[in-house]
Amino acid sequence: MANKSKTAGKSSVKTSKKELLQYYRDMLLIRRFEEKAGQLYGMGEIAGFCHLYIGQEAVVTGMQACLKEGDQVITGYRDHGHMLACGMDPKGVMAELTGREGGYSRGKGGSMHMFSREKNFFGGHGIVGAQVPIGTGLAFANKYKGNDNVCLAYFGDGAANQGQVYEAFNMASLWDLPVVYVIENNQYAMGTSLARASAEVELYKRGISFEIEGEEVDGMDVNAVRAAGEKAVKYARSGKGPYILEMETYRYRGHSMSDPAKYRKREEVDDVRSHRDPIEGLKGELLEAGHATEDELKAIDKEIRAIVQEAVDFAKESPEPDPSELWTDVLKEVETA
Amino acid sequence: MSVDILMPALSPTMEEGTLAKWLKSEGDAIASGDVIAEIETDKATMEVEAVDEGVLAKILVPEGTENVQVNAVIAVLAEDGEDASSVEAGAAPEPEAAASEDTAEEDDAPDVEVASQPEAAVLTDPAIPEGTSFTETTIRDALRDAMAEEMRADDRVFVMGEEVAEYQGAYKVTRELLQEFGARRVVDTPITEHGFAGLGVGAAFGGLRPIVEFMTFNFAMQAIDQVINSAAKTLYMSGGQMGCPIVFRGPNGAASRVAAQHSQDYAAWYGHVPGLKVVAPYDAADAKALLKAAIRDPNPVVFLEHELLYGESFPVPDLDDYVLPIGKAAVKREGSDVTLVAHSRMVGFALEAAEQLAGEGISAEVIDLRTIRPLDTATVIESVQKTNRVVCCEEGWGRFGVGAEVAAVVTQDAFDYLDAPPARVHQKDVPLPYAANLEALSLPGTEDIIEAAKAVCVGL
Repeated sequence: MANKSKTAGKSSVKTSKKELLQYYRDMLLIRRFEEKAGQLYGMGEIAGFCHLYIGQEAVVTGMQACLKEGDQVITGYRDHGHMLACGMDPKGVMAELTGREGGYSRGKGGSMHMFSREKNFFGGHGIVGAQVPIGTGLAFANKYKGNDNVCLAYFGDGAANQGQVYEAFNMASLWDLPVVYVIENNQYAMGTSLARASAEVELYKRGISFEIEGEEVDGMDVNAVRAAGEKAVKYARSGKGPYILEMETYRYRGHSMSDPAKYRKREEVDDVRSHRDPIEGLKGELLEAGHATEDELKAIDKEIRAIVQEAVDFAKESPEPDPSELWTDVLKEVETA
Repeated sequence: MSVDILMPALSPTMEEGTLAKWLKSEGDAIASGDVIAEIETDKATMEVEAVDEGVLAKILVPEGTENVQVNAVIAVLAEDGEDASSVEAGAAPEPEAAASEDTAEEDDAPDVEVASQPEAAVLTDPAIPEGTSFTETTIRDALRDAMAEEMRADDRVFVMGEEVAEYQGAYKVTRELLQEFGARRVVDTPITEHGFAGLGVGAAFGGLRPIVEFMTFNFAMQAIDQVINSAAKTLYMSGGQMGCPIVFRGPNGAASRVAAQHSQDYAAWYGHVPGLKVVAPYDAADAKALLKAAIRDPNPVVFLEHELLYGESFPVPDLDDYVLPIGKAAVKREGSDVTLVAHSRMVGFALEAAEQLAGEGISAEVIDLRTIRPLDTATVIESVQKTNRVVCCEEGWGRFGVGAEVAAVVTQDAFDYLDAPPARVHQKDVPLPYAANLEALSLPGTEDIIEAAKAVCVGL
């Protein structure tokens, strides 16, 4: 059996100044978008379940940089970051959160159920673990069609204990399907810490019984994510089968908006924020390398805030769906020959 | 003392088979465990092993004999020390005689056997042009032909499930598909319903047209989250972007003597869910035409077959591309006094009941729903407006069932036409028992339908 290893040291992938600045923008957009979403939730503009991605931005940003046209992305319900990383319009995402006509699902999906055929984002799934066999099926379709596209199937440390995940692992490995399983280990499945729920806490080892290679990655470092992602995606694309990446990451906010987060200490969150924050980390790197000045980064921040504000305005102004929308999209019309 | 060797039952539903080959000759010594013959059922060729030791004294049913009934004496074994040549060979009943015995037995338990179709009275679908010729085809082959035709026409169509490829289908519905289409398009899965149902949904999202076979729908309960939450709801939740063109198919309902966990009708379960289409055909022509429609449909379709009908033959029109619209019920027999509404195997019982009721002066109209969702309420209402009475028949449990829905629709939309409250015939409200007598008591059949029809026709 091949290696089941932790990634050693820093990345070997050379990232350009342009790429690094793009990661900074992408991560910042997710951060500011989510902060605003949290604020709108507090104001009653967003309802229901709303799971924020703050703290985990490096994972989707680094992974998305490894994809090419036609590759697919699928995830669970903490999905706003994935959608923005896929290039979906912040206006359409925010308007879906407010349940408006201008939302990606025209207000009928909400936070957990958004999709974009155009951007190859396949949801947004509300049932823990359900996206894993579905993502494996997308990979099956790629292989069936004979293209070299890869599917990224994201799930959390909580979903990593679901039975259907292992059913999917088995078939993906058995049939060498081009899928990369990205486990976003943010340490807590709702309020239950990894150690309290998992007999094997090193989740990158979960593929051993299925002959799937796995690696642990620092999910707070966009460069480390990118480096591991390149390797995994290349592996899957070359027809060798699935690959598992366990991203060690952390969510700063509660599981959902209604979570008082009594299961962890404030100090623990503050410690990650001050020492491992993915955006602050990259900022330091950019400044240190002379890729940008403080003023330039401030200008980017200002620009991102404007994009997010524009999304908020759109999401508030977009009308609620027409009552007739209640009855649409239940079934597709059958085409008659 | 000689021992009779009987035609064995090689599956829960086998009633007869072909004695394909004798592997021992008269006079051969036989040890327990020796393979003595090969028997073909409608599903497979099986080897028959000897249970007792001795000398094969007489072969009573020659090889190549078809329709040998289960339990018919096929040979006689002389035990140790016995003179094989002196063994009397008069015990073998003719296959035909055995068949009539079987029928007589089943009169006591009408639920177990499908009624022979009263052909003269049964109407064919009006979509079939006049002058069309027909070929007698089993439901099993009709379903197979439907898949093969659609797979020939569209490379995106593939079939996956347990034992669909190398084994040729647990119930032989996918027989020879592997040989024609290869392993890329006929995919054996591990025993992992939840996983492969989800994988099928993903493949459909990814542009393919999967046919997911569940070995039986009982096992699909493992996968029902993917069927409902992923397949049925995603079109709506995506504001119309996604769509999931997939067929979930397999045997549904009671088999024979397999008890509670393997005997359940899921029509009402899936019929409850917006975003799904649910089809439950009775005869082979509908099975073929509706499965082809299901494969072409851009929506998820739950296609409920019936194991006890797989081996039944019906006329299938000799048309190149026979497809029927999903969502249309069929009037299988016209009548004026009472409407019998049924689906799947219960249609056979309803037709048999109608035939018997006719002899007693009651003219029953039989409607085969064919599709559970969307339910063709117009055809039912039109019939009830004519007959003024309705009996809703289903194999599943009555509570919150298909018949409950039909009764509610009739009460709501044809209340003023009713001369009696709608009646319902359904399985008893218990898990299906194993014991033959209890099983027969639990399942509804022809007699129950006749009784219910007479009850609503009192004072006619």
